[in-house]
Amino acid sequence: MNLSPAARWLLRGAMALGLAFIYVPLAIVLINSFNADRTFAWPPPRWTTDWWARAWDNEGARAALLTSVKAGLGATVVALVLGTMIAFAVQRYRFFGRETLSLLVVLPIALPGIVTGIALDTAFRTVVAPLGVGKGLLSVVIGHATFCVVVAYNNVLARLRRTGASLEEASADLGASTFQTFRYVTFPLIRSALFAGGLLAFALSFDEIIVTTFTAGAGTRTLPLWIFDNLFRPNQAPVINVVAAVLIVLSVIPIYLAQRISADTASGGRL
Amino acid sequence: METPAIRLTGLRKSFGGVEAVAGVDLEIADGEFFSMLGPSGSGKTTVLRLIAGFELPTSGVVELAGADVTRRAPFERDVNTVFQDYALFPHMDVIDNVEYGLKIRKVGRRERRERAEAALAAVRLEGYSHRRPGQLSGGQRQRVALARALVNRPKVLLLDEPLGALDLKLREEMQLELKQIQRQVGITFVFVTHDQQEALTMSDRIAVFNAGRIEQVGTPAEVYDQPGSAFVAGFVGTANVLRDKVARAVLGEDGCFAIRPEKIALGGPAGSGPAGFGPAELGEAAPDDVTATGRVVEAVYAGATTRFVVRLDAGSPDSTAQLVALQQNLRTSSVDVQSYRDTPVTLRWRREHAIRLPD
Repeated sequence: MNLSPAARWLLRGAMALGLAFIYVPLAIVLINSFNADRTFAWPPPRWTTDWWARAWDNEGARAALLTSVKAGLGATVVALVLGTMIAFAVQRYRFFGRETLSLLVVLPIALPGIVTGIALDTAFRTVVAPLGVGKGLLSVVIGHATFCVVVAYNNVLARLRRTGASLEEASADLGASTFQTFRYVTFPLIRSALFAGGLLAFALSFDEIIVTTFTAGAGTRTLPLWIFDNLFRPNQAPVINVVAAVLIVLSVIPIYLAQRISADTASGGRL
Repeated sequence: METPAIRLTGLRKSFGGVEAVAGVDLEIADGEFFSMLGPSGSGKTTVLRLIAGFELPTSGVVELAGADVTRRAPFERDVNTVFQDYALFPHMDVIDNVEYGLKIRKVGRRERRERAEAALAAVRLEGYSHRRPGQLSGGQRQRVALARALVNRPKVLLLDEPLGALDLKLREEMQLELKQIQRQVGITFVFVTHDQQEALTMSDRIAVFNAGRIEQVGTPAEVYDQPGSAFVAGFVGTANVLRDKVARAVLGEDGCFAIRPEKIALGGPAGSGPAGFGPAELGEAAPDDVTATGRVVEAVYAGATTRFVVRLDAGSPDSTAQLVALQQNLRTSSVDVQSYRDTPVTLRWRREHAIRLPD
């Protein structure tokens, strides 16, 4: 399609403006984490790394970070195991209700987090709590897994669709048992999809706040919850700013890696 | 009689109510180059997959070298397959692909490497050991797939339209190469194809499939010269079919008959026609020859031959029976083709070349 020079510049301008809306505020958060002025005067009068040191020494923030990592890893593992199994079932077998199953697995990512949260909260209080299992880290992991399964499932499904079943047949034809075929052929082919799905799942879990609010027990504080708790304490503002900056950096890495890996074709995958 | 390499008895396979294989009985001898020929959807690939063990039959028995393997998994059968899409492992380089079967069978590293390299040499792919399948051309991938199967020295090699994705020139080369390799290794090849020319040139015997059944089994010459049904006559090569009133008028017999286009000699009217198209082209008539007359409807120049479509006078005007005759371009040329149209011609063939088909 040929655009006139004017239209081309207009579109470029709109693009730049759109991206600026997203990334300038994030950049300001990063810059402000080094702003020596407690009320974030702009432009920053002086620079300091003091807030970073204070954030590092903040027990609450560190405990929350640890909780978030634990919850993220737990949800990722659950999502990978379940997502991979469902992807295999849906892609490799024909059975009654296959389409419905596929829809049911994908649905939670579209459901409003508040609905999922309320539903899980009710379930935990009325069904699970009487069995002696209270809300805590485990309930957060389960809550996150409900939507993390989707990304693992989608990644593995796309890979399986692309590789087809004939490679597994070829392996069996050459004498490999079902387990050997999985080990030498299937797993190496889906490995990078698992990695990409896992990173996305972790990133989703790491910054989740709504479902977490409803599923976390009183003592369970993930990093987003901690930020929210401290948001309205003026004293904590610079520290929160640092934590936010850390979160930005931490989320960029897995998303960037996941994109790189997904772009790699099954044939060229190095992972 | 010797135990056949493969014996299929009463083989049936349905997919959700659709019968893909509707009762196949077949014996394939040791060391035979056997082709399964048929249009797509005729069940030939399903039969191959039943032999390999990728599908379980609805009923019937698959025997390999006399042993019943009907319920055995693919990895418990001494057959190897060359897949239509080659199914090379994309994450392994060529030599690892070829060694795969040996590695699974726990053959030692040194022997494995030697045998894999010998197999690659046999398909003329030395020096490609460390390429990835993605870096190879279609023909090279095809040969890797062949080496990967042959290196295991199976009793039977199954080939599922292995040349289908190659261009014509390469396909003809690979046909010769496959045939040579089969002669060298001496194992049974079961070759699935929808290309009748391929089946005719390569096979010791051919099974012609139609709608889940075998229509005819025989050597290429038998299948081509003595087609057992109108379907076989039409699918393997081109055939003219004469029936009913026209058959009676032309051949003097009732029934249904097939005549191959290249068996029909064709001669134009005396005097007027271009060179190589006179009555002399008919040659001397033997006492038992069949002669018919007609008018050229279409003449198509095809390089080595010219294809004539002739409307027979017999049975007209209410019948419009046509015959296709193929003439080698000995003296005729493309320039003349247009002038043949609508000329009256005489057709002649030997009586035994009109093959009676079951009705």
